[in-house]
Amino acid sequence: MAYSEKVKDHYTNPRNVGVIENASGVGTVGNAKCGDIMRMYLDIDDTTGIIKDCKFKTFGCGAAVATSSMATELVKGKTIKEALQVTNKAVMEALDGLPPIKVHCSLLAEQAIHAALWDYAEKHNIKIEGLEKPVNDIEELEDEEI
Amino acid sequence: MGKLIYMDNAATTFVDKRVLDAMMPYFTNECFNPSSIYDGAQDVKVAIDNARANIAKTLNAKSNEIFFTSCGTESDNWAIKGVAHANKEKGKHLITSKIEHHAVLHSMASLEKEGYSVTYLDVNENGLVDTKKLEDAIRPDTILVSIMYANNEIGTIEPIKEIGEICHKHNIYFHVDAVQAYAHIPIDVVSDSIDLLSVSGHKFNAMKGTGFLYIKRGTKITNFMDGGAQEFKRRAGTENVAGIVGMAKATEIAHNEMKERIDTNIKIRDYIIERLLKEIPYSRLNGDKNKRLPNNVNIGFEFIEGESLLLALNDLGVCASSGSACTSGSLDPSHVLLAIGLPHEKAHGSLRLTISHETTIDDAKYVCDNLPKIVDRLRSMSPLYEDFIKNKGE
Repeated sequence: MAYSEKVKDHYTNPRNVGVIENASGVGTVGNAKCGDIMRMYLDIDDTTGIIKDCKFKTFGCGAAVATSSMATELVKGKTIKEALQVTNKAVMEALDGLPPIKVHCSLLAEQAIHAALWDYAEKHNIKIEGLEKPVNDIEELEDEEI
Repeated sequence: MGKLIYMDNAATTFVDKRVLDAMMPYFTNECFNPSSIYDGAQDVKVAIDNARANIAKTLNAKSNEIFFTSCGTESDNWAIKGVAHANKEKGKHLITSKIEHHAVLHSMASLEKEGYSVTYLDVNENGLVDTKKLEDAIRPDTILVSIMYANNEIGTIEPIKEIGEICHKHNIYFHVDAVQAYAHIPIDVVSDSIDLLSVSGHKFNAMKGTGFLYIKRGTKITNFMDGGAQEFKRRAGTENVAGIVGMAKATEIAHNEMKERIDTNIKIRDYIIERLLKEIPYSRLNGDKNKRLPNNVNIGFEFIEGESLLLALNDLGVCASSGSACTSGSLDPSHVLLAIGLPHEKAHGSLRLTISHETTIDDAKYVCDNLPKIVDRLRSMSPLYEDFIKNKGE
């Protein structure tokens, strides 16, 4: 299976690449061994809990870049609670699908959001309902969820 | 999109127009079975004999030592398993290197399941097999050494002549996977002491589905396919006549033009290597600088991943390849790059450009002009580069 037009668009012109200085939360997931590392930056309004901005940096293949890019688009403007609904399936659907071997990239994108939210929760000493400590190594997840 | 710049000739090549012309009659007017008795069929048989003789000549081999196969992988499988099975009374130990093609490595693994034992030799940081270590690995029950002539990813040319001498001194068969080397650099099976040599046609402008195995006369090897009398009863099955005639034509062209092809390839290869290493920081040449195939460039760029690089090149009409996991269909990067000692993140960021006699210096310029921008852009979005710059500043 080849990449969809949406995937191509997102790796050719990725949205929200960059860094947020003094971000509310930063999460990095993945490892160099499997070839993908994603870092997600969130700027969250403390009173409303709305994600005002989201940026990413990714080391990885076309699908890794595209899923990061799409994930940032999907969480921007959402509340924390809504952002938790941005699952790997949601990211994949928004990209019109991924080749089977690239599904792990969408899991990584989901986990990157969770990692950034986890970091935010830790910094503010709060508990976000429904958020579990993200795993760094996506291979552990794959066996269960795919 | 403008002109396509094809720099993936180690993957496959375009069929030469002259090769196609030589093949055409065997699809139409000369479409007889060479095993038949009438005139037309006998002419086809002669065409195969001539093809065999012409190919043999290029290797300093004899006609009856060339066996047509369907591809390089088949040749590798036949050579390794065939020699192993035919010589199991003598011993069940084989020696190879860690950077062989999967056709060799997986054939070896299959023999291991049957109870054979295999030594996988390490290579140095340039991908060279250590002949001393190879000789030390030889045991009384060693029956075959299989080392590639040149590596498909990093282009390193192995010390084949020295290895051949060692094998013959110890009376062990020597198989060489020459898929990337044959018709690109001169090979002499006699002076290199080679007993078996695998070749694939589509790597030198013949069509896919063609190949051959050179088997030195007197070599003990099992038949690959049983059936009719084709290929001296060693590899039965009606011949791929058009493919064989085309491969012989491609062989002839490649050998006639070899000297000038090597010269121009090396010029363009070194131009690309020099410019990329100079203009892109944190880059390194993979493979040996001098003992290298004339058409192979393999450069690692730190902090970026190969597939993104290939996709960006694809947008510019450049076809290239990488040793990254994502292009291999698994999560592991190239076993070759890991074997030369690269850590995973560096192995993921490699770019292989394999040029041909049709590559121009303008093609090379275009690629070299654009690559620094692509690498810059990918680094600007790499968390590894971000961390590197941060740590450097501290």
